[in-house]
Amino acid sequence: MEQLMENLLLCTFFLYLLSSVAFVMGIKGKKGEEPKQRERKWGNIAVGLAIIGVVFQIAFTITRIFISGHFPTSNMFEFTAFLCFTVVLSFIVLFFIYRTVVLGAFVMPLAVILLAYASVFPKDIQPLIPALQSHWLYIHVTVAALGSGAFAVGFAAGLVYLINQVGNKKSGKNAAYLEVTLVVVLMWVSFILSSFVSGALGYQAEITAQIEGKQVTQKFDLPPIFGPHEGKVVKMDSFLGQKEPLFEVPSWMKGQNAAKNVNSTFWGIITGLILYGLIRLFTKKRLTEILYPLVKKWNPELLDEISYRSIAIGFPIFTLGALIFAMIWAHEAWGRFWGWDPKEVWALITWLFYSVYLHLRLSRGWHGMKSSWLAVGGYVIIMFNQIVINMVISGLHSYA
Amino acid sequence: MIENTKCECGHNNPIGTILCEYCGKPLLEETKEKKTIEQEMRYEGKARRSQIKHKNFIDQVWSFFSSVKVAIILILITLIAAGIGSLLPQERVAATSNPELFYSQEYGIWGEWFYKLGLSDMYNSWWFMTLLAMIGVSLVICSLDRVIPLYRALKNQKVEKSTDFLLRQRISYQESVADEKKEEKFDALTTALKKRRYQIRQEGDSILAEKGRISRWGPYINHIGLIIFLLGVLLRFLIPGWYLDQAMYIQEGQTRKVPDTPYYVKNEKFIVEQYDGKFAGIPKKYQTKLILYQQDSSGNLKPVHRGSAIVNHPFEYKDLFLVQVDAQTNLKGIKLKLMDKKSQQSKGTFLVDLGNIKPNQVYTVGSNLEVRALEYYPDFALENGRPITKSQEVVKPAFIFEVKEKGQKEGERSWVISGENADALTPENKYVIKLAGFEMIPTSGLLVRIDKSLPIIFVGGFICLIGLAMGFYWHHRRVWIRYKDGVLYLGAHTNKSWFSLRRELNQVGKQSGIDLKLVQE
Repeated sequence: MEQLMENLLLCTFFLYLLSSVAFVMGIKGKKGEEPKQRERKWGNIAVGLAIIGVVFQIAFTITRIFISGHFPTSNMFEFTAFLCFTVVLSFIVLFFIYRTVVLGAFVMPLAVILLAYASVFPKDIQPLIPALQSHWLYIHVTVAALGSGAFAVGFAAGLVYLINQVGNKKSGKNAAYLEVTLVVVLMWVSFILSSFVSGALGYQAEITAQIEGKQVTQKFDLPPIFGPHEGKVVKMDSFLGQKEPLFEVPSWMKGQNAAKNVNSTFWGIITGLILYGLIRLFTKKRLTEILYPLVKKWNPELLDEISYRSIAIGFPIFTLGALIFAMIWAHEAWGRFWGWDPKEVWALITWLFYSVYLHLRLSRGWHGMKSSWLAVGGYVIIMFNQIVINMVISGLHSYA
Repeated sequence: MIENTKCECGHNNPIGTILCEYCGKPLLEETKEKKTIEQEMRYEGKARRSQIKHKNFIDQVWSFFSSVKVAIILILITLIAAGIGSLLPQERVAATSNPELFYSQEYGIWGEWFYKLGLSDMYNSWWFMTLLAMIGVSLVICSLDRVIPLYRALKNQKVEKSTDFLLRQRISYQESVADEKKEEKFDALTTALKKRRYQIRQEGDSILAEKGRISRWGPYINHIGLIIFLLGVLLRFLIPGWYLDQAMYIQEGQTRKVPDTPYYVKNEKFIVEQYDGKFAGIPKKYQTKLILYQQDSSGNLKPVHRGSAIVNHPFEYKDLFLVQVDAQTNLKGIKLKLMDKKSQQSKGTFLVDLGNIKPNQVYTVGSNLEVRALEYYPDFALENGRPITKSQEVVKPAFIFEVKEKGQKEGERSWVISGENADALTPENKYVIKLAGFEMIPTSGLLVRIDKSLPIIFVGGFICLIGLAMGFYWHHRRVWIRYKDGVLYLGAHTNKSWFSLRRELNQVGKQSGIDLKLVQE
């Protein structure tokens, strides 16, 4: 059963990957082919692959429910994988409204990244602690994730719009910020890649330290450049001759995984920059320039509208899931519908941010560049809430 | 700036009108020069209260709060403030008796400033409340300022608009059509538009096709929902008894008064379960079986409700919620041993039940010894050389006992202070009392909550959601068609998603034999 579940997830991953490739084929393809026809052909293949992927992910989810007895949204792995699922789902809806192949060429890789990122976290099935034993666990989390999935599509479309507008510009603020945004995405990807490489090589390290009055042993999947404050190495495979962490994280960093998170971030930044350097060296092009040919011929008004439309579709769903359902559950679990817990605060911030986006767009006429930047900014807030709040700022929601 | 309000068509418009209410022609010089009137179409070019000349204070306040720009700035300030407040734990979560010390000790200079700037309890601060209240006022005024003129405009729409109005729409088109072809084109257009669920009104040579007007009310309904929500929150603070936020710890078997309510509650059983097998150590269940009592007129406790408080499933009785939030094992009693000092021989043990010490409680030890509790200090300390108790919580219990042999008139006094050897205080004594052990008892931590505004809050949230769905899942689209002097004019407007409207109209055009060229295929 567990083997079946693993295989289903692996199939999902490869289907999403193939779908991404097919979408890119739809834009690039061979010369001489009629572009309209090619787009239609590859678009159909690609969206078909994405739909089969969704079916496989549903099968994976059902298998996991059978094994664990509860809906899989209870830890970082399960939640991130589910977020990937909602991104693909929202994309399929948007694809059938606008039929834009270029969107798939950006959203499907985002889904692949999310699923890979999910796999970085421990995949073991844990029983539900009492705080999570509620139907609201899946009602609240799934609906909130669906809203975020739509926002993710809005982010991808915004990114495509920005590349379409400034991808061929050598200088200027917008071009520079866009390049930085893409480098951050690259860092995220390279963190995932290094985790996989390190895992494949079987790298292991364990360091123990006193954290918040408890003796905690942290397991490192990546060579610990940063170790916990006043930690002791239990065991550590040698890394470039290094037998213990080079640095210790400062004592004010809270949480049992502070050192691990700092270490992961560090690896993401360093390997991301190295990867970026290599790309620049071999292609002699900026990332925006590399992507520009994929998006240049698309109607910017259409891209702008897709970005807005995804957010407009996502906003009521997000309100329902991340605020209203959240309040009902919070009332049942903690006796108050709102308590300014960090996760609650950041859900509110996300909601306020997108409401500002909608007011600026609908009432003050912010379209195009400004609107796309806001769509990108909104998704940064969502990822901040998903990653930083879960792992760094501990609150009532820190189950992972 | 707005002087001439009489349109060329002869209609008298209220002061502040941008587009003639009757024929849609721009009235302002500056608008006349513009190529499109897309901006002006947002509220149908109607006069709004906020745009009249400001005479008095109320007008000024009104126009300040009616500005979307002001609303956006208020939201942004709230958003940033809320974010900063989440960076370090709030005082209530940190649960510290000395926040000033706590923040500087735990977080250094950052913590010190966090506390000094009042961010450590900011969500309850006057300025944060003021921000929320200002957003509430802005919601009310922004909505009223727009919804009334908008409602009037959409209700009294004229089918025939000036060609000027049609051509200045963001989507517009004109084409020469021979007189005899007119009917055919009109029929084709009407059929195609009807197929796309447009409502058609035709007057002479003019057509108005409209759909999804419901979308325009979405924002106002969602704002009404938010206002109701905020009012619900406000009422909790204003009406006494609407909101109660207390906590209590109750040992198994104990009956305690529920703080700030007329009720008493008994903890019949406190169940703590863990998973077994390879998940041993992971908690599985916390459940407190409770009986709720109320005092009747003669002062007796009468049970009114039985049930359980389980995590995620609170105990409920009328408005009262008891929420399972904590599990502790508490000290129930101290076992003490009475010894003969000289022979170091034990004379027997006795149990002091800390929750049940009556004045002059007597414990019998062995066959001929009596121990009487003279004084009990649950939280012992010395103040100016005198023993006191700092609180009623069992923190550092201390006792003065009198030990008496049977028949003896006066016994000897003996101190017992937890964590200290008190024997030295009474070196002359024959007997000494020593610690022999503790008796522990599971204790359940419950939150005591009343929140009468909950229904209002959730109704508000629900209305807000309906408004959002109306606003975002419908699109208000209008198409004006007019035939005048051998020319077919077409103008179209939507409040959002222009590309989709263009694509739709292009299809409509195709089916009517008109190439509108609105999208490049």
